[in-house]
Amino acid sequence: MPGSCPGSPLPTFAVNLMNKTRAYGRTVGGLRSLSLQAPAVTLLLLWMLVPLGMTLWFSFQRYNLLMPGMTGFAGLENYEYLLTDPALWSAMGVTLLLVGWVLFITVVGGTLLAVLFQQDFLGRGVARVLAISPFFVMPTVSALVWKNMMMHPANGVLAWLANLFGLPAVDWFSSLPLTSIVIIVAWQWLPFALLILLTAIQSLDDDQVEAARMDGAGPIAVFFFITLPHLKRAISVVIMIEMIFLLTIFAEIFVTTSGGPGLATTNLAYLIYIQALLDFDVGTASAGGVIAIILANIVAIFLVRLVAKNLES
Amino acid sequence: MTTPRYKRFLLAVLAWAIALIIFFPILWMALTGFKTEAAAIADPSFVFSPTLESYVAVHARADYLKFALNSVVVAFGSTLLALLIAIPSAYSMAFLPTPRTKGTLLWMLSTKMLPPVGVLMPIYLLFRDTGLLDTLTGLIIVYTLMNLPIVVWMLYTFFKDLPRDILEAGRMDGASTLQEVRHLLLPLTLPGIASTGLLAVILSWNESFWSLNLTSSDAAPLTAYIASFSSPEGLFWAKLSAASTMAIAPILVFGWLTQKQMVRGLTFGAVK
Repeated sequence: MPGSCPGSPLPTFAVNLMNKTRAYGRTVGGLRSLSLQAPAVTLLLLWMLVPLGMTLWFSFQRYNLLMPGMTGFAGLENYEYLLTDPALWSAMGVTLLLVGWVLFITVVGGTLLAVLFQQDFLGRGVARVLAISPFFVMPTVSALVWKNMMMHPANGVLAWLANLFGLPAVDWFSSLPLTSIVIIVAWQWLPFALLILLTAIQSLDDDQVEAARMDGAGPIAVFFFITLPHLKRAISVVIMIEMIFLLTIFAEIFVTTSGGPGLATTNLAYLIYIQALLDFDVGTASAGGVIAIILANIVAIFLVRLVAKNLES
Repeated sequence: MTTPRYKRFLLAVLAWAIALIIFFPILWMALTGFKTEAAAIADPSFVFSPTLESYVAVHARADYLKFALNSVVVAFGSTLLALLIAIPSAYSMAFLPTPRTKGTLLWMLSTKMLPPVGVLMPIYLLFRDTGLLDTLTGLIIVYTLMNLPIVVWMLYTFFKDLPRDILEAGRMDGASTLQEVRHLLLPLTLPGIASTGLLAVILSWNESFWSLNLTSSDAAPLTAYIASFSSPEGLFWAKLSAASTMAIAPILVFGWLTQKQMVRGLTFGAVK
């Protein structure tokens, strides 16, 4: 993901950090490190500023690839068009529901599973590997496997299971489209939460747990008063990283529902894609892009702060 | 205090049941790849006579190999390029820290925060105007820049873990910076560099936003090829399964191998 937002919080704490570390700085080392870092910094700076500047510029222009005659400064027209379009608000709602539900499922599920897989049992290593595997499957494969082989109303495994219990088969993508997408995306990201939280839980002090047990704390009390506080930071990292990625889920929608039926599964990313590469409306798509950037940056501010705090210690 | 045996047994059963349920779609896909098309859409069954006909059919379509090769070139090309650009940068951040170092690191992290869809239009138009649309070069450029912040961060954390005395000793013996890097730093941090590279390969291999939007046929990697099975005429489940299994198998193994170090990279060192 390229770019950063002009409104990002970096300047202030970049300055703070500079002041804190100024004492170690040396001019000679500074010059040498400048030249060593130059390629990476220059490339990232270009990768960030050029597209960002262009998106901002386009968002104020009348610019449609299908209507070459229509050009010029549009002022806030694109934004006005977008903000008064019910499709945008529907897409915002879909984005929010998708992010909210997947976060809920993966964070709660991931925490419980991390505790479970931390226990000592036969074949724990293999079971863990199986459980984190979906995270490494490419999104287009996950989405199509679920769409065809799991959720297909006639030949899918879920339909077969429902049949077995005498229940009617569910036509997942037409009757519960957003739920289906949530299931697929949660299946991909639950392993991510599990992987991170399992790593974090391993640094939990066994003596502390043992001491609490001696004092008569049951497993539930241990979970709420020792494990959960210990995982607090890891959980917030999981939430923020997932939010940034989930805000712009694309491939899973692209290969399953194409945003439909109607607008039922069109999230912000898919709406911008429709405007950009199907309608070729550069101006409106860019205005949508700016909105997506602002949303992502609200989350990013908190994540960068947290990482910065960690860097100091 | 020990947990009673029956409780531990129940716990093991529960954990294994959940692990198998989570893994089931992948297992099912792998099995379906060995079925005939007729068996693939018949009632689910673990009992069937395995056949390689779908694998043969997928390979017979010469284009599968083309897409697979595209994935390999793009994933490994962008990873090598990112490592080449990132190693000097991470070296200077770890061993020659200046007042700017932490600020630069955080700024690099923040460049990962921008949603790709926010800059879809400019990148698409720039690529169209420079002839990079649907080329391997174009995808390699995007993936290199996409992964550069993570690669710098991971290398930085690995380099910082290296005891400084070792490099100092090398310098005392009259090693130049280049010798120091080649004969001390790189060999000593090779496991870290390898897992950084593997993470970058995994991320590029699975990337499915730019690959779907910036390629159409010539440079399409496996993610885009698999997406073509979503069209109604592409409902060949056994072939889809065979192709998908081949597409994810190597990456799954990479993922299993690097899961520990990957946490570092994915959380920017916030969880170790």
